[in-house]
Amino acid sequence: MSSIEERVKKIVVEQLGVEEDQVTPDASFVDDLGADSLDTVELVMALEEEFDCEIPDEEAENIQTLGQAVAYIEEHCEK
Amino acid sequence: MSKRRVVITGLGMVSPLGNTVASSWDGIKAGRSGISTIDTFDVSAFSVKFGGQIRDFDVSQYIAPKEAKKMDPFIHYGMAAGIQAFEDAGIEVTEENAERIGVHMGAGIGGVDTISRQHKILLENGPRRISPFFVPSAIINMTSGNLSIKYGLKGPNLAMVTACATGTHAIGDAARLIMYGDADVMIAGGSEQAANPLGLAGFAAARALSTRNDEPERASRPWDRDRDGFVLADGAGAVVLEEYEHARARGATIYAEVLGFGMSGDAYHMTLPAKGGEGAARCMKNALRDAGLNPEDIDYVNAHGTSTPAGDLAETDAVKSVFGDHAYKLAVSSTKSMTGHALGAAGALETIFTALALHEGVLPPTINLDNPDEGCDLDYVPNEARQADIRYALNNSFGFGGTNGTLVLGKV
Repeated sequence: MSSIEERVKKIVVEQLGVEEDQVTPDASFVDDLGADSLDTVELVMALEEEFDCEIPDEEAENIQTLGQAVAYIEEHCEK
Repeated sequence: MSKRRVVITGLGMVSPLGNTVASSWDGIKAGRSGISTIDTFDVSAFSVKFGGQIRDFDVSQYIAPKEAKKMDPFIHYGMAAGIQAFEDAGIEVTEENAERIGVHMGAGIGGVDTISRQHKILLENGPRRISPFFVPSAIINMTSGNLSIKYGLKGPNLAMVTACATGTHAIGDAARLIMYGDADVMIAGGSEQAANPLGLAGFAAARALSTRNDEPERASRPWDRDRDGFVLADGAGAVVLEEYEHARARGATIYAEVLGFGMSGDAYHMTLPAKGGEGAARCMKNALRDAGLNPEDIDYVNAHGTSTPAGDLAETDAVKSVFGDHAYKLAVSSTKSMTGHALGAAGALETIFTALALHEGVLPPTINLDNPDEGCDLDYVPNEARQADIRYALNNSFGFGGTNGTLVLGKV
């Protein structure tokens, strides 16, 4: 089974159309990976689907990097 | 003040005959049908099982995959045609000219496939699963929007929606914008991807389509006595329109001149043409008046000619009423016999074929015309293309809602 980080990274690569090595823990989806605001909405939706949990909009706003996404999912989604 | 002259300096096309202008035009000149049994989805439950499909289309040639997934296929096709046309014209966008270049790409139906897929998600998974790109991937003016963004075109940014007359109206309206001085260059035309489950079911339910399932390539047969409806097709066509002196100054290839544009409304029925083609006739007369030409000047009419029993007869009657005796001297043909009917793209495909007919001196044929129906007695260029040095030609398009459009093109 892949780690949470690997699963999130795979989704980021697919959603944003970037290379895997660009997706470092601190790379900003918007500033470094070329996402716009709607891309990040769609990315969070894909994460919700993958990890079967609901991420409220106010929390989603704070998920701007791979590291932040993994931390949120570890805390709220994966038991 | 005389009006500014407008010429066509770029062509782009995706059609059931090929994914470029050259391959599609070769198909037309060879009298080849682009119609086949639909294999992109299961048609077993459909009363109509065939159409004009786009084959071997690689969207990544035109749009990065990350962007392409935010666009319905009708936008993919429209972008491809627009990009081909703009590259063909060879216009360089600069800070100085960007505001003088615009886009006018329409569609008849738009993102119906995307709408139906997202609606399924809404019902099955709830509103939170709807894509944030749903609306901008489906709405009709996004071909224009995306082309404007791609090239940095800051002039008029519009989209026509007049059913099967869309492409013709878009090109006519864009030409007027250049004549009026709102722009010097416009990308104009239409695109469609309606041969999808909901689109096919809808047109089949309206009993508008041929049901010749055993011989798809013989189904589109305008003016033939055995015609039984039109053939739904996908595709896109785009032209670059340019002010004449602007085109001359940069030594552009000029395919044809847009000499006139006419419009009319039937005010009669949602889907049927007015009796005797009365609305179509007024439309052609308006276009001729706009061009300052007499009926006798016209050598060729690229007809709307969809292969419906009522429509083909009405258009023939309309040509007779506009041209009188000259109706029997000019050529009238339907390239839909080969491409099928690409709805909002049709007028753009046919404007391109008309421009090439003038440019190369070739009359496109009407294929599958084995036994002309009673009352259909014009020269429809049956089954084989013909060489002919033609100077002036019309392109007709008529749409649901009783909306009509005619362009007059001239050889340059």
